[in-house]
Amino acid sequence: MADLHFELVTPDRLVMSDDVYMVVVPGTEGESGIMAGHAPYMTTLRNGEVAIYRTQGAQPERISVTGGFAEVGERGLTVLAESAEA
Amino acid sequence: MASLKALKIRIGSVKSTQKITKAMKMVAAAKLRRAQQGAEAGRPYSSRMTGVVTSLASRVVPGPQSPKLLTGTGKDDTHLIIVATSDRGLAGAFNTNVVRLARKAADELIAQGKTVLFYIIGRKGRPVIQRLYPKGIVAQYDTSAMKAPTYADAQRIAQDIIDRYTTDSIDVVHLAYANFRSTLVQEPTVEQIIPVPRGTQQDERGAASGPPAAVEYEPDEEDILADLLPRNIAVQIYHALLENQAGFYGSQMTAMDNATRNAGDMINRLSIQYNRQRQAAITTELVEIISGAEAL
Repeated sequence: MADLHFELVTPDRLVMSDDVYMVVVPGTEGESGIMAGHAPYMTTLRNGEVAIYRTQGAQPERISVTGGFAEVGERGLTVLAESAEA
Repeated sequence: MASLKALKIRIGSVKSTQKITKAMKMVAAAKLRRAQQGAEAGRPYSSRMTGVVTSLASRVVPGPQSPKLLTGTGKDDTHLIIVATSDRGLAGAFNTNVVRLARKAADELIAQGKTVLFYIIGRKGRPVIQRLYPKGIVAQYDTSAMKAPTYADAQRIAQDIIDRYTTDSIDVVHLAYANFRSTLVQEPTVEQIIPVPRGTQQDERGAASGPPAAVEYEPDEEDILADLLPRNIAVQIYHALLENQAGFYGSQMTAMDNATRNAGDMINRLSIQYNRQRQAAITTELVEIISGAEAL
């Protein structure tokens, strides 16, 4: 299965741009795991952690983000956060 | 003909000017590097934000309930132009170019019978605008205290603009700033930020092509838009401030480099003149002594 193209950007920099297996984003109405081929989707984020699974079953990388939103489009998942810290 | 002493003083003063311009050039070069990094790092965010907002805007059907920031007020009588300039001068035509472009846009709008207002960021844009459009300036954001633009500043400006948009019955907001291309090229730009331009900007995600896909929103569309639109404006302003900052230092560096070179040329020319005059004086003296000796 193709990997999900994931980008995490803040106003100051492009934090991450990579192809990964799955990303769990902290949406305002609950966490949602996004994998490749997800339907177009958009949610605002609450302050929390984005968990990035590079491969299936791998230990997730966690990046805490504050504010912003996530968008899933044809090109993959884009998380636009006010700030991000590993 | 200037006297020898006057020439010497002149050379001295040009030399000290050259020292200053050289120092300014080096300071600008050092600051440019940081500002350029900032501007380049900020680009992905603002371009993606624009992409998301335009693709949203193209999907939303304008209706009476749709947010004003997205679809506009339905009129275009009153325009607000945000003019972002620097606080300092000595940067060549940097500020002039931004202001000139803003003026051009304003004059076109005025010729169409619209009302044009100005919101000034930075100190250098004010005098010209004030002279040409005495009643046009609604406010000014003072940036003289800050070293580098921060996102918080941009948010404050955006909030101010949004407040004015709702209270002062402004219909369209434009943003004029200089896009940083390279050290030598800064491109003055005017962009419309409110309402969100539709269809004019080709969405890099290709959302403009093909039928719009059904997007699932969480929470619902209105809530997302209400959150997203003010943020988008702040981001666009932040982007403009960063580009401006980098452009300013680039322009200043170029201007100071030219000034240093010109000062060098001037010193050369003056030194030649000084030496010629000195030799002429010595020759005259010699001729006088020799002819005096011969007369004896």
